[in-house]
Amino acid sequence: MTASTPPHSTAQYENSQLVSLQVNGETYEVVTEARRTLADVLRQDLGLTGTHLACEHGICGACTVLLDGAPARACLMFAAQAEGSAVRTVESLADGEELSDLQQAFSDHHGLQCGFCTSGFLMLAEGFLAERPEPSRAEIRETVASNLCRCTGYQTIVDAIEDCATKRRAAFQAQLDGESP
Amino acid sequence: MTTEPKPSDGSLIGASVARQEDPRLVSGRGRFTDDLRLPGMLYAQFVRSRVAHGTVTSLDLAPVLEVPGVVAAYSADDLKLVDITARLDRPVSEFVPTGMPVLARDRVRYAGEPLAVVVARDPYAAEDGVEAAKVEYDLRQPVTSAAQALAPEATLVHDEAPANTLLDVSMFATEGIDEVFAEAGHVVTVNTSTGRQNALPLETRGAVAEWDDRDRQLSLTTSSQVPHQVRTVAAACLGMDESAVRVIVPDMGGGFGLKCVVGREEIVTAAAALRLRRPVKWTEDRKDALTASFLGREQHYDARAAFSAEGRLLALDADIVCDMGAYSCYPFTAGIEPMMASSEMPSVYRLPAYRVRARAVTTNKAPSAPYRGVSRPQYVQVVERLFERAARELGMDAVELRRRNLITEFPYTGVNNVTYDPGSYLESLNLCEQTMRDEGWYELRERAAAEGRHLGIGYSCFSERTGYGSKAFAQRKMEVVPGFDISEVRMDVSGALVVTTGTMSHGQSHETTFAQIAASELGLELSRVRVHQGDTNRVTYGWGTYASRSVSIGGSAVRRAARQLGEKLCAIAAARWDVPVAEVELGRAAVRHRADGAQLTFAELADVAYLKSHLLPPELEPGLSETASFDVSTDGTFSNATHGTVVELHPGTGQVEILRYVCVEDCGVAINPRVVDGQTRGGIAQGVAGALFERITYDDQGEPSATSFMDYKVPTALETPEVSVHHLETPCAFTETGAKGVGEGGTIGAPAAVLNAVNDALTPTGVELDSTPVTPETVARALEHAS
Repeated sequence: MTASTPPHSTAQYENSQLVSLQVNGETYEVVTEARRTLADVLRQDLGLTGTHLACEHGICGACTVLLDGAPARACLMFAAQAEGSAVRTVESLADGEELSDLQQAFSDHHGLQCGFCTSGFLMLAEGFLAERPEPSRAEIRETVASNLCRCTGYQTIVDAIEDCATKRRAAFQAQLDGESP
Repeated sequence: MTTEPKPSDGSLIGASVARQEDPRLVSGRGRFTDDLRLPGMLYAQFVRSRVAHGTVTSLDLAPVLEVPGVVAAYSADDLKLVDITARLDRPVSEFVPTGMPVLARDRVRYAGEPLAVVVARDPYAAEDGVEAAKVEYDLRQPVTSAAQALAPEATLVHDEAPANTLLDVSMFATEGIDEVFAEAGHVVTVNTSTGRQNALPLETRGAVAEWDDRDRQLSLTTSSQVPHQVRTVAAACLGMDESAVRVIVPDMGGGFGLKCVVGREEIVTAAAALRLRRPVKWTEDRKDALTASFLGREQHYDARAAFSAEGRLLALDADIVCDMGAYSCYPFTAGIEPMMASSEMPSVYRLPAYRVRARAVTTNKAPSAPYRGVSRPQYVQVVERLFERAARELGMDAVELRRRNLITEFPYTGVNNVTYDPGSYLESLNLCEQTMRDEGWYELRERAAAEGRHLGIGYSCFSERTGYGSKAFAQRKMEVVPGFDISEVRMDVSGALVVTTGTMSHGQSHETTFAQIAASELGLELSRVRVHQGDTNRVTYGWGTYASRSVSIGGSAVRRAARQLGEKLCAIAAARWDVPVAEVELGRAAVRHRADGAQLTFAELADVAYLKSHLLPPELEPGLSETASFDVSTDGTFSNATHGTVVELHPGTGQVEILRYVCVEDCGVAINPRVVDGQTRGGIAQGVAGALFERITYDDQGEPSATSFMDYKVPTALETPEVSVHHLETPCAFTETGAKGVGEGGTIGAPAAVLNAVNDALTPTGVELDSTPVTPETVARALEHAS
C-alpha cells in the first residue's frame, strides 16, 4: 500500500539543523537532521562514498576518518559533532591520479582484495603513522587490530604499513643527510 | 610432474603484476552498490519476524504509512511474487522441495524473516517506518537444533517435510563394508559438531532497482556473486521475460558464498521499484546480515574408520547431519552441504570401502548458503581427526600414517566414483613437515613441555575439487545445472581489448588475472586489456563466481575467446598479404609474416576490420569480437595443500595462540602468485575463525544471540596468524592455462590443522577435542583437568 497523504514535504526539516563541516580542506554547509551520522552525511550529502559502512556500531572501522588528524569512527558520531573539526577522508590521500606512498604500499603488498575495508585501514594507518612514525611491527599489528578485514588475513596490511613507515623514515633521513653540511 | 614454479618467461602468466583494481579501491573511488544514488531514489527496509516460528495472525502496515517520509509499504499479499524454489531431480524420499516465499505470507520460520517492505524518502525514515509496523503471531514451538528436528514428534518447520528432513541420501555404500569393520585390527571413531557461521563479507547485501523506461527493462544493481541466477529468479518471481531484467553488479565488498545464492530482499526491492516506478535502494544493516541473511557450516558427524595393523586405511563410514536452517537456497538447495560432504569425504587418501548417509535438516534458523569451502572444512576436520586418533591407537606417527595412505598415483578413481587429476599430495606433506622440522618447532615443543608450557603441532592434508563442470553438478542431480562459462573478447579500433566474463570477482582480482590470460594469449600489454563483468546484458549466460571455478573455467573461456580472436587477426593479416594463414603468426600486439618479418599491428588490422571492411575477403566478417565457452567434462581438477601449524595453549585464559602457520599449496599454474598467496592467507584466516572463534547460537526460543560484532567474534589482526605460503605446481591438464582453483583451499585446511595442533598440545591432559570452535573455556577446562 502507498501513503495516501503527500509524503510530509516539510517534516524532515523539523529536527534539522545547519551544520558546517570542514572536509578535505573544503567547507560544506549542510542542512541535516540532528540524528544523522557523520558517515551518512559524508556519503549521502557530500557524495564522498569512499568512506564505507560495514557495521554502524563502531567495531569494524570501515568508516574510519581522521578528525583533526586522529582516526575516528564516522558511524559513531553525529555530523553535528564534527563541526569545528577538520575531517579527512580517503578521498584526500591521492593527488589526482598520483597515489600517496601509503596507498601505493597497500597495492604493492596486496593489502586489499575486495577493497571494502581499505578506506578505513588507510585512514587508520595515516593517523597512526603521523602520531608514531617509527612503529615496531607488533605496534602496527596492534593498531591494525582496530579494524576488521575479511579478505586478507591482515598480514599484507601490516606489511604495507611497515613498508610505508620504513620508506618515510628513509626519505626523512635522506632529507636530513642532504641538509647537513 | 611437480616442479617449483618457474619465473615468468616474459609471458604475463605467472607474473605477480600489480592489480588493475587497486587504484580506484585505495582512492575511495570504488563503486559499491550502496554508493549508487539515482534521481528520485527511495530507500527500503524490511519488517521482519520477531519470532522464530509462528503463524502471522495480523500484519498491520497502516501505522507505517503515517510515519513522516514513508512512501509505501508492501506485504506478500500486495506484491504477489512467485516463491523461490530450488529443486533437485530426486524422488521425495530423498529430497523434499520447499518454496521460500519472497516475503513470508502467513507462516514465519526464523527470527528475521522478511514480512513486509517499507519504502521511504530517506533511510532513516524507512527505519522509522519498520518500527511502526504491528505484527501479531500465533507462536509455534521452534526447532532450534538438528537433534530437535529429528526427534520423534518434533514440530514440523515445513509441513511437507516429514522428520524435518529436506534431503536424505546414501550416495555410497561399498558392499561388505560391515565385514571390513568387523575384521579390522583398529577402528576409531569421531563424533563432532561444527559451529554455525556467517561468511561475513564486510559489505552487507544490498540492491538498487529501477525501471528503465527507455530500455523497457528492470535494472537491478545488486551485490551478488551470481548475476545471471539473480536475473533468472527475479524474472520468474516477477513474472517477466528474462530479457526484461538486467542485473548489474558493481564493485563487491566480498561474498564468500553468502552472496552466491539469490536473496529475497533483492527481489522485493525490484518489485517495489516496479510498483512505484522510482528507483529503490535497500542496504542490509549488520544486525540483519548477522541474523537474517544466509549462514552455513553447522554440521554433525558420526564417523568411524578402520585401519589395518600396518596403518592402511580400510574403510570409512559416516553419518552426516547438516542443519540447513529454514529454507533451501537457490540454486543449490539445502542438499548442498550434505551432498558435498558425501561425494568428497574420502579426501586425499586411498580408501577401499566407503559408506555415507547424509541429511539436510530444516530448523527455525536463518537459512544456509554454501560458505567458502562448503562442507570440506568439516569433513577434512573429521578425516584428519580420524587419522590422528588412529595414529595414537596404532602407536604410529600421524604424519607417517598419512604418508602411507595418501593417493600418489594419478589419475586416481576413488570409491566415491570421482577421478582425481594429478596433484602433489605427498610432496606437499613432506615439504610442510620438513619446514616445521627445519625451523626447530619439534625441539621447541619438547623444551616448552619441560617448562610446563603447552605447545602443539598439527597438520592437515586435503585436496579441493575446483572447476566443477556441468557433469559434476549434474551428478548431484541439481535441477538447475551450473558448469560452463562464457567470455567475449573484443578488440576495439585502436587495438585495445575488452574481455567480458560471466564470472563475478568480489575480491579475487579477476580484472587482473583474466587480463593477464588474454594479454598473454595475444601478446598485448596488460594496460590495454580491460575486463568487464557483472552485467547480464553483456553476456548471454554465466554462472558467476563460487566453488573456486572462475580462473579454471571462466579463465579458460577467456583464453579460448582470445585465441579465436588471434586466429581472426591472423586471417586478416594473411588476406592483406595474400599469403596462406600458415605463413603468419601472432607477435607482440601484431601479426608477423614468418618468413620476411613484415608485420601488421593490431591497430592496423582493427582499422581494416572496422573502418576499411571493403578490404576484407568475403569469408571474414567485419569487426573483431569472439565469444567462447568452456565447461569441464571430467570430474574437475583438484588443488591440494598441506597445512602445518604450531599453537600454544595458555592456562587460565584458555587462549589458543598460533605461533606458526605454514601452507604448502598446489593450485597448478598460478596466474598471479601474489593473488594466490592472498587467497590462501585470507582463506586460512577464515578457517582459523571457524576453528577458534566464530559461532552463531540461538536460545531455546530460536532468538539469535549474536546481533552485532559485540557478540560475534570476528578475528582481528591480533588473533590471525602470519602465514608462510610455499607453492608447488602440478599443472592441470585440461584447463586452458593449467590453472586450478584456489579460492577456498585456505579455509578448508585450517580448522583441521589448528584442531590437531590443539589436541597435540593437550596430549598430556588426556583430553581430546573434536568439535569447533574450540573456545577458551574448553581449553581452560582441559588444562585445569590436567593440573
